[in-house]
Amino acid sequence: MSTGGDSENGEHRHPGKQPGEDHAAFSALLEDSAEDLYEHAPCGYLSTLLDGTIAKINKTLLDWLGYDHGDLVGRRTFSDLLTVGGRLYHETHFGPLLRMQGEVSGIALELKATDGSRLPVLVTSTVKTGGDGQPLLIRTTVFDARDRRAYETELLRARKEAELEREELKRLNATLQQTLLPPTLVNVPGLDVAAHYHVASTDMVGGDFYDLFPLSAGAWGLFLGDVCGKGAAAAAVTSLARYTLRAAAVYDPDPAAVLGNLNTVLNHEYNGHDPRFCTVVFGLLTPEGDRGGFRITLASGGHPPALLLRADGSADHLHTPGGQLIGVLPDAHIATATVHLAAGDTLLLHTDGLTEARPARNSDGDRYGDEALLDFARALAPTTASAAVAAIRDLLDTFGTGVDDDTAVLAINVPRPTSEEQP
Amino acid sequence: MPAHGFGCDQHMWRLVVPLLERECTVVLFDHVGAGRSDLSAWSRERYSTLDGYTEDVLEICDELALGPVTFVGHSVSAMMGVLAAAREPKAFSGLVLLAPSPCFIDDPAVGYRGGFSAEDIDELLESLDANYLGWSGAMAPVIMGNPERPELGEELTNSFCRTDPDIARVFARVTFLSDNREDLAAVTVPTLVAQCSGDAIAPPEVGAFVQARIPGSRLVTLNATGHCPQLAAPEETAAAITDFVAATR
Repeated sequence: MSTGGDSENGEHRHPGKQPGEDHAAFSALLEDSAEDLYEHAPCGYLSTLLDGTIAKINKTLLDWLGYDHGDLVGRRTFSDLLTVGGRLYHETHFGPLLRMQGEVSGIALELKATDGSRLPVLVTSTVKTGGDGQPLLIRTTVFDARDRRAYETELLRARKEAELEREELKRLNATLQQTLLPPTLVNVPGLDVAAHYHVASTDMVGGDFYDLFPLSAGAWGLFLGDVCGKGAAAAAVTSLARYTLRAAAVYDPDPAAVLGNLNTVLNHEYNGHDPRFCTVVFGLLTPEGDRGGFRITLASGGHPPALLLRADGSADHLHTPGGQLIGVLPDAHIATATVHLAAGDTLLLHTDGLTEARPARNSDGDRYGDEALLDFARALAPTTASAAVAAIRDLLDTFGTGVDDDTAVLAINVPRPTSEEQP
Repeated sequence: MPAHGFGCDQHMWRLVVPLLERECTVVLFDHVGAGRSDLSAWSRERYSTLDGYTEDVLEICDELALGPVTFVGHSVSAMMGVLAAAREPKAFSGLVLLAPSPCFIDDPAVGYRGGFSAEDIDELLESLDANYLGWSGAMAPVIMGNPERPELGEELTNSFCRTDPDIARVFARVTFLSDNREDLAAVTVPTLVAQCSGDAIAPPEVGAFVQARIPGSRLVTLNATGHCPQLAAPEETAAAITDFVAATR
């Protein structure tokens, strides 16, 4: 350390004072003794031989630990001053790093004082080399880190707590998600059904939902939808949408009327300040006795078109154009379409998590899109409900992290008569 | 084939490798979870005992078709060598156990002194935690390798003793809580036990214990002090290894 040199050249002189006065005042303030600076520095100083034997140690550090000079110098090693755990850390990390780099800084260790107490410190060491570049000794500074370590311990504790809470949140989310989906789909005689829910993030509950349930004799209702947003607020809307759809279908099973009622309920519930809306497709399934197969009437409110995969290997969108989002306008326009499902036909409903996914690993890549999905369906047809859902699952898997939104798929298929399946 | 111990990575051998290479072909590796190994290959199940590490050693020998090697295991890796040589003696022409300890924990019931108690190991885990505060945020991307950012290379060499804290905790437990005293007798290949003077981790009686249990093994006490003779006294360490290799050829 250099002391006092600059005061001679007058650059720091105060106006109106004599140079001599200035110098004397500085000298007094600086206590011009390097030895005093060393011994009573506000940090501990320690020099050791390469094997760790203490060669020099300042008064500050001796006082902190309660040792006398003669107890340590030439008798003990730096690692003797450490706790056992600290010694292990010193031998396995600190020492090798110091040998390799010539210096190590800011390592947290604990020193043992003679009274048995422990002093958390931050340690920095450098290797002093001789003129020939060979290491001679190790110089170490030791900073009292009691406050800092208390703060860091608190941070560590908070981080562990946060990790535990995150686990708990994941568990809650998974449970909540399960309650929003039917545990199993009902068995509809003469129909093969399958569904899949793909969770994009375990940190948030997604807003996709579906269900299939019996209505009055010989009719079934099904729906699949997507509430805007994620998390608890979206889950509340999902829950409301689900039981409203079930109740509305009992009240009046006409699909357009069911969605009309849902629209009214959402509109009333979330009127004004916090509009909540969703896209839904609702279907009424009825078996067609003599003709065989099923008749399905679909009503859609702003939902991506269903896909119809025919027994003859063709596939196309089942458009329900002009249907508006449910829950936004007091009188949403709801579009319907009716179609006959014959043996071997499969109807596939999905949410836009699938078509909005980015297949390329690059997150800026193009989205998958309706047309690509249609091509996929054409390659798949003819198929069955479980095969179609399995194919979509595999497709989602290939997208990996490119699926940034939850995805629900529901497929229904009229199986071919067993005789046709025989070769 | 030198294998690094708990704490750092293959850079531990940097000073002895040039000396060994005058006489031998040297195969270096990082244990999975350390250094620049593929961290995604690490799993808690596989690396919660020394068996996973031991299998890795045998896999390296097998994959590279090395033929019989002299395995130099430092610290915990010495026991990996013991387990590997017991399982497949044909893969090894000899073992050098550098600062080994088959069991770090004292066992007063049989008068064994490993040097530590289980509480001491908990204290080490605290030390690890205290020094890993900033790890996950700052170090992970560096350790994971950034080929497109070569300026991080320098930082990487300055951090060779840093590991993912979760992995380090598991490895610390494996290292300090394993007890391989019973496995020593199964070693049939020529073995050199090289212990250090004044080793704070493996006391001298541990070296003698290892030598006594491995049939036909030889014990040398290096002048090197501390637990890492390959850093503290590279010439002496390399000479002990090459002399042993020459004697077992």
